[in-house]
Amino acid sequence: MTYRSIVLVKQVPDTRHVTGEVMTADGTMNRSALPAIFNPEDLHALEMALQVKEQYGGTVTVLTMGPLQATETLRQALYRGADQVILVSDRKFAGADTQATSYTLKCAIDRLGAFDLVFCGRQAIDGDTAQVGPQVAEKLGVPQITYAESILSLADGEIVVQRAFERGTEIVQCTLPCLLTVTASANQPRPPSVRQRIACKEAAAPGEYPALLQKYPAYASAEALDADLARRGLKIPVWGAADLTVDESLLGLGGSPTQVHKINFVVLETTESKEIPPTPQGIHGLIEELVREYVIG
Amino acid sequence: MTEKRDVWVFIEQDDGQIAEVSLELLGKARELAGTLGSQVCALLFGHQVAHLAESLIQHGADVVLLADHPELEMYRTLPYCRVAADLVRQRQPYIFLLGASPNGRDLAPRIASAVQAGLTADCTDLQIGDYTIKKENRLCKDLLYQIRPAFGGNLIATIVNPNTRPQMATVREGVMQPLPLDPGRTGVVEPVTPHFEPGDFALCVLSRQVRPSSVHLKDAPVIVAGGAGVGSAEEFELVRQLANLLGGEVGASRAAVDAGLISREYQVGQTGTTVRPRLYVAAGISGAVQHRAGMDQSNKIVAINTDPEAPIFQVAHYKIVGDLGKVLPLLIQALKEKSR
Repeated sequence: MTYRSIVLVKQVPDTRHVTGEVMTADGTMNRSALPAIFNPEDLHALEMALQVKEQYGGTVTVLTMGPLQATETLRQALYRGADQVILVSDRKFAGADTQATSYTLKCAIDRLGAFDLVFCGRQAIDGDTAQVGPQVAEKLGVPQITYAESILSLADGEIVVQRAFERGTEIVQCTLPCLLTVTASANQPRPPSVRQRIACKEAAAPGEYPALLQKYPAYASAEALDADLARRGLKIPVWGAADLTVDESLLGLGGSPTQVHKINFVVLETTESKEIPPTPQGIHGLIEELVREYVIG
Repeated sequence: MTEKRDVWVFIEQDDGQIAEVSLELLGKARELAGTLGSQVCALLFGHQVAHLAESLIQHGADVVLLADHPELEMYRTLPYCRVAADLVRQRQPYIFLLGASPNGRDLAPRIASAVQAGLTADCTDLQIGDYTIKKENRLCKDLLYQIRPAFGGNLIATIVNPNTRPQMATVREGVMQPLPLDPGRTGVVEPVTPHFEPGDFALCVLSRQVRPSSVHLKDAPVIVAGGAGVGSAEEFELVRQLANLLGGEVGASRAAVDAGLISREYQVGQTGTTVRPRLYVAAGISGAVQHRAGMDQSNKIVAINTDPEAPIFQVAHYKIVGDLGKVLPLLIQALKEKSR
């Protein structure tokens, strides 16, 4: 028995390393100072899918919804061993909240056809909602196993998973197909393989051909490049609204029940603060003051 | 059509123990229902849990919808979602709040998807207010403002669901305050009968291992927390030493957790625990809003950072610009000398 796995990934701005340089004095953000990265927990989801493939056989298909630049995340997935990658991209998908995003992903999965397992990271670091996984599962009509830590067995149309719950861990058994959201403690994601990197570095979506033609002048035309990439399995398919069976009223901003009323940049009221010099005398003074004010015993 | 505008709270209970966050939400729901002139309704699911209803009323519920069924004894996504989504469809609440606990974050999105409602995760505040849909120039009165940090906590977003009901949100534990227990409060307990479908039992729990909780961040009088500036496990040991000397607990920012210096249950902040200790020492924590939202109510805050512009200093009472590898040993030494 082999398993058809789908991994949902997201390219995100690296919000973990926001420092004084990124935040400007008026509380706004210098977004260009934040690099776009593979959402960290999605790497753990991909790793779990790749391990299923290695142990039981099958395929790993990676889907991402996002702008053209998100192909970089798909190439990263190819370098790690994904069999097939697809960019789900259309202006009509823009501005989607989790409800519209999960609907779009569900429609893309429908187009892929039958599957056994869907893997997602527990949550993405730009929104921290952890909502898209369960919402995709609901829309597909399959069970969800959130906070999955390891797959203990996979046989006879059933999966046994160890997952984190409120007060510890539990072992659950579930029928296939199902969706898993994977935590960072699940595994150690593999680095990109050098061999795969060399083999797949030209993988590109048609929107990237102009840049690629400049980089590789040997190709006579976009058609020649397209034919060559397609032959080598390196053409990244882009699925837009027209390529999916969708109700357009449920896509993007218009299909999102939630709307942003306002955004406040965070300008904190500065607390009255006292600067303590990092010297033995300074630290002694601080401890004495904390004792004097009954903050510490 | 006039909406009833009821405010629902999902009550999380495990082994007959009501989660703190559920009581906190009842307190907030009471306030929202007061503004809206409507009722607070608590959803209590489980098996042989009827005795918990009274306490929910005393904490602010007007109505308790009680689904008592053997299949609901342990939390499982699909049976719980079935019962909750059916109730939402039948009774159409105006607002539906759940705790942003692991179970709440598992359940809420599934319900929201099933009933096609908008959902905002991890709110830090909820208010009632008006909103104009600009494209249609239409005013929507008395919506739920769902306020949460966004973009890694560097922005505060106010989200509304103008067109869908219920307006759903999850709220993290420790952010809202429960009402003091009022033994004189009265309310109605209404039993409901769940109707499951075979597919709801696709998943079964084979075994559970309860981890004895050794982390007591929420009630700790002193917390010493380490962040990205803690460069190594050895330096994190200094954080632990200082916490021990102060009789407190160790905490961490997300960066320290992500770096593998400490496990996730020690994380303070929007996606961790919200704390209000007497003393909070932030060592090498830059202070993304994410983190500050979870600790800025601390009585006294000492921040140590090499970057004098680090946002953590904006909430600190004591600012120490320096390398924590040097400052922490000084603090440890000074405390040891004091106790001599």
